[in-house]
Amino acid sequence: MKTIYFDNAATTPVRKEVLTEIMPYFSDIYANASSVYDIAAKSRRAVEKAREQVAKAIGAQKDEIYFTAGGSESDNWAIKGTADALSKKGKHIITTQIEHHAVLHTCEFLEKHGWDITYLPVDEYGLISLDDLKNAIRPDTVLISVMFANNEIGTIEPIAEIGKIAREHGIYFHTDAVQAVGHVKIDVKEMNIDMLSMSGHKLGAPKGVGVLFVRKGITISNLIHGGGQEKGKRAGTENTAGIVGMGKAIELATAEIDETGKYLTMLRDRVIKGITENIDFCRLNGHREKRLPGNVNISFEFIEGESLLLLLNSKGICASSGSACTSGSLDPSHVLLAIGLEHEKAHGSLRITLSKENTVEEVDYLIKELIPIVKRLREMSPLYEDYLNGEKAV
Amino acid sequence: MEYSAKVMDHFMNPRNMGQIEDADGVGTVGNAKCGDIMKIYLDIDDEGIVRDAKFKTFGCGAAVATSSMATELVKGKSVDEAMDVTNKAVMEALDGLPPVKVHCSCLAEEAIHAALWDYCEKNGRKIEGLKKPVNDIDELHG
Repeated sequence: MKTIYFDNAATTPVRKEVLTEIMPYFSDIYANASSVYDIAAKSRRAVEKAREQVAKAIGAQKDEIYFTAGGSESDNWAIKGTADALSKKGKHIITTQIEHHAVLHTCEFLEKHGWDITYLPVDEYGLISLDDLKNAIRPDTVLISVMFANNEIGTIEPIAEIGKIAREHGIYFHTDAVQAVGHVKIDVKEMNIDMLSMSGHKLGAPKGVGVLFVRKGITISNLIHGGGQEKGKRAGTENTAGIVGMGKAIELATAEIDETGKYLTMLRDRVIKGITENIDFCRLNGHREKRLPGNVNISFEFIEGESLLLLLNSKGICASSGSACTSGSLDPSHVLLAIGLEHEKAHGSLRITLSKENTVEEVDYLIKELIPIVKRLREMSPLYEDYLNGEKAV
Repeated sequence: MEYSAKVMDHFMNPRNMGQIEDADGVGTVGNAKCGDIMKIYLDIDDEGIVRDAKFKTFGCGAAVATSSMATELVKGKSVDEAMDVTNKAVMEALDGLPPVKVHCSCLAEEAIHAALWDYCEKNGRKIEGLKKPVNDIDELHG
């Protein structure tokens, strides 16, 4: 059976062009980029080329790009690094209820160390309110951290407006752009972004490499202490192959951003239409337009997500869900609860995240297979039975 | 987390899925908040033998598989013997469950007990060791 991969927000395969580019850095060009001999210069040049590629993709300067081990490290560094550097100025951070756990759990960690965190609510589409943000700002606020686009429901936040507000108040602005980079146009200058996190494996680079953009003039403390790599800001021997992959992948994604965006939007809308027109009692989660081009998130009433994923898997389809059973806790996704979904609807969510490798045939196959799967699970569901009995009673 | 082949078999091909009209005992446990609801129907003859058992479940793969297995195990047993269908027995019959899914087997045991309690109430019977199920299903896992 053919595998159809619809979980590109979880991770992506390394792109062929990227793989070709990085292969020499595992064996032939192995020297430590920090060494003095000739062959080390090749590694060093490769790292610096990648730094330029990344900078260009987001409108940054080359020396504002720091390579990390991934999106989670970048988020941790931005938040803890700001907290450490600015604790004398104030101990208040503003973030949102729908951040990735790399941000939320970092903020919870700081709360244990005496920090005050405001978690902004979101509306039914997952958007924060700029008025809420303004009202939350206090004299001791030192950081605003709002994700660029949500990983579960795909909602794109008003980043430029947030950046403007932060800048006017002289507050650092960090954005977790792990899901947005390569999918949505980003200009850190225009958008007044001070720090931006990204991850390689979400856009066709290998796992284990990420970036934190830190605007010149922004002071944050180090997270990883050790050698003098990354201008003494982030220790650890450069992951040359990963970094080269990051540079190549972001260059490709940025060059193709319009074309890929158009294609993914077409596929996405086909999935949304196909599902919502053929299956009763379902709703699209997230914003209809302010949405990542490749994200679909739909809740099906009366059924539970893990069962749905297992049955899709039996048809070769890989997808994800915000149900508790897939999160390893009893609570369903914090994002779906934050947009106001009842627990049972949050348990029955399905996330499809597309890539340019997906085809119209694949999404049509998904829709065709999904219809009987939802029907089957509803026939098994006591909630659906109760609903039908209620209908009869009326 | 990976399911045993037996769990997957009972999930993909659930035994006894459905409902029994005018069942002698019906039990519902769990709550939608936590993502698991099990409803078990028992058809019990005059001798107190479980002639048939059916289930409906809202929940994950393990919830469906434990419902399926619990109904299989309880069929043909006397109502007293049905008390032997514990969460442990269900788990063993399924070749184990991932640690985070053990609560599903507990839910299956509770659902059987709730259905037996309903039968006892309707028929003025008592089963040794059977306790009144938690009325508000939200209390169970909330």
